[in-house]
Amino acid sequence: MSQYILETKGLGISFGGLKAAQDVNIRIKKNQIYGLIGPNGAGKTTIFNLLTCVYKPTTGTFYLDGEEIRKLTPDKINHKGIARTFQNIRLFNNMTVIRNVMVGLANRPEYKCTVWESFFRLPRHFRVEKEMRDKAKELLRIFDLEEDRNGLACNLPYGKQRKLEIARALATNPKILLLDEPAAGMNPHETEDLANTIRFIRDHFDMTILLIEHDMNFVSDLCDEITVLNFGTVLAEGQTKTVLEDPEVIKAYIGG
Amino acid sequence: MELIFSTLINGLSLGGIYAMIALGYTMVYGIAKLLNFAHGDIIMVGGYIIYVFLATNNPLLAVAMAVVGCVILGVCVEKVAYRPLRGASPLAVLITAIGVSNLLQSLAQIIFGSAPKMATVYDFGVVKLMGATIQISSLVTLGVAFAVMTALTLFVKYTRIGRAMIAVSEDRDAAQLMGINVNSIITITFAIGSALAALAGLFYLLKAPSVSSTLGSMPGIKAFTAAVIGGIGSIPGAMLGGILLGMVESISYKITAIAPYTDAIEFSILIIILLVRPTGFLGKKRREKV
Repeated sequence: MSQYILETKGLGISFGGLKAAQDVNIRIKKNQIYGLIGPNGAGKTTIFNLLTCVYKPTTGTFYLDGEEIRKLTPDKINHKGIARTFQNIRLFNNMTVIRNVMVGLANRPEYKCTVWESFFRLPRHFRVEKEMRDKAKELLRIFDLEEDRNGLACNLPYGKQRKLEIARALATNPKILLLDEPAAGMNPHETEDLANTIRFIRDHFDMTILLIEHDMNFVSDLCDEITVLNFGTVLAEGQTKTVLEDPEVIKAYIGG
Repeated sequence: MELIFSTLINGLSLGGIYAMIALGYTMVYGIAKLLNFAHGDIIMVGGYIIYVFLATNNPLLAVAMAVVGCVILGVCVEKVAYRPLRGASPLAVLITAIGVSNLLQSLAQIIFGSAPKMATVYDFGVVKLMGATIQISSLVTLGVAFAVMTALTLFVKYTRIGRAMIAVSEDRDAAQLMGINVNSIITITFAIGSALAALAGLFYLLKAPSVSSTLGSMPGIKAFTAAVIGGIGSIPGAMLGGILLGMVESISYKITAIAPYTDAIEFSILIIILLVRPTGFLGKKRREKV
């Protein structure tokens, strides 16, 4: 058991000559809510793509709970315990809300069920299917989505789609949840609501959360520690308050 | 009356064959986002496997071997030809598919020669129904085709692999990040499509018992047309398109004046539908965000 649940060491990637991220070191302790901020194009989503092995790093590596996992495929990364949401919402639009969550649940070992068992509707299929449905409802309840469960995901209002994405990611039973701009497009009331939900997830599921966000009030209210990226490199890191008062950080954001 | 009834049965059984082939196209397109133009040639390979194993005088064994053989072939084609191109431009994949199609046809010619081979699987005989003489094989085709389509619909709808397939077709990257092994889902899709193609090959031989290296070409193109008419990527769409095309073909053949133009009529329907409804009957519109 490592001291950090997620640790990157000298993580970097180049696209041709462009260094989208270089020498990024992030250390996240268990149960932390950790923020990743920076101006547009600073490489925040690139870091998420590296951590989920959508991109392969050019340099450096990263560890989940002390285990080096950079060579796995994205689905294996998810099995190891990293789940994420997307900046531009990517739900399974033409599936119902509850089925979106069940897709996430299906890969957990406790809901294992063979093709034949489900094709021939053996008792086990019904039992497992019912357990999954109950679990999915429980997750949806947390996000206040239980009433919407039989509607199509694409028909949900925007704020609820964002919540459903988090529910679906959570359904895969991760050790760490990566949220890419969860509050984007939300009004102040919804944002506050979301902050409470994220805290609830941390406490209720014993979860660690890494989030990208532009809303500074949201970040300073929620995050224990943050890392500021600028042009692919780490500009500052540490306690949220201290970092946000750093003149270099202010300069990067408002220009100087 | 007899004419209408026999036309209906023929149309439905031919439509069932087209639908089964179209399902292979549409599922592979929906899930792997590639047009597998070698799909028709899997039918041809299935036909030849049946021809070879008919030497054992056991039609059931021949059919079983055809299904197994086609599944193995389909999965191998995906692994060898398409998987290395995952993420490549669609044009590269399309050209590869045409290459695989040519390869399979040429191999068949090298092994079996260019002359068609006779392969009489089983003679079911005929039956009188409502005054019309109906080939029992047409009824068998119709029955099996509809049973298979029902089973497939239930499989996709109610099993978790089916659910994973839909998830992959909706958003492959998101599905992978939710822990779905996309490669194995694509393999399963190819396996199902190839098994359906093998059955389609069987039913073709029941209609006309001769195998040649181009056996799969025309049914392949017709079924592809059916898949596009129904809305490519949509499973009910492929069934609808297949049956529609089968009915049109069967009716057109019965009207002497237009019988010679049957193929032209079928492809014209495709053109008209693409003009009026570019997504096909049941195809999804992809909304682009601006």
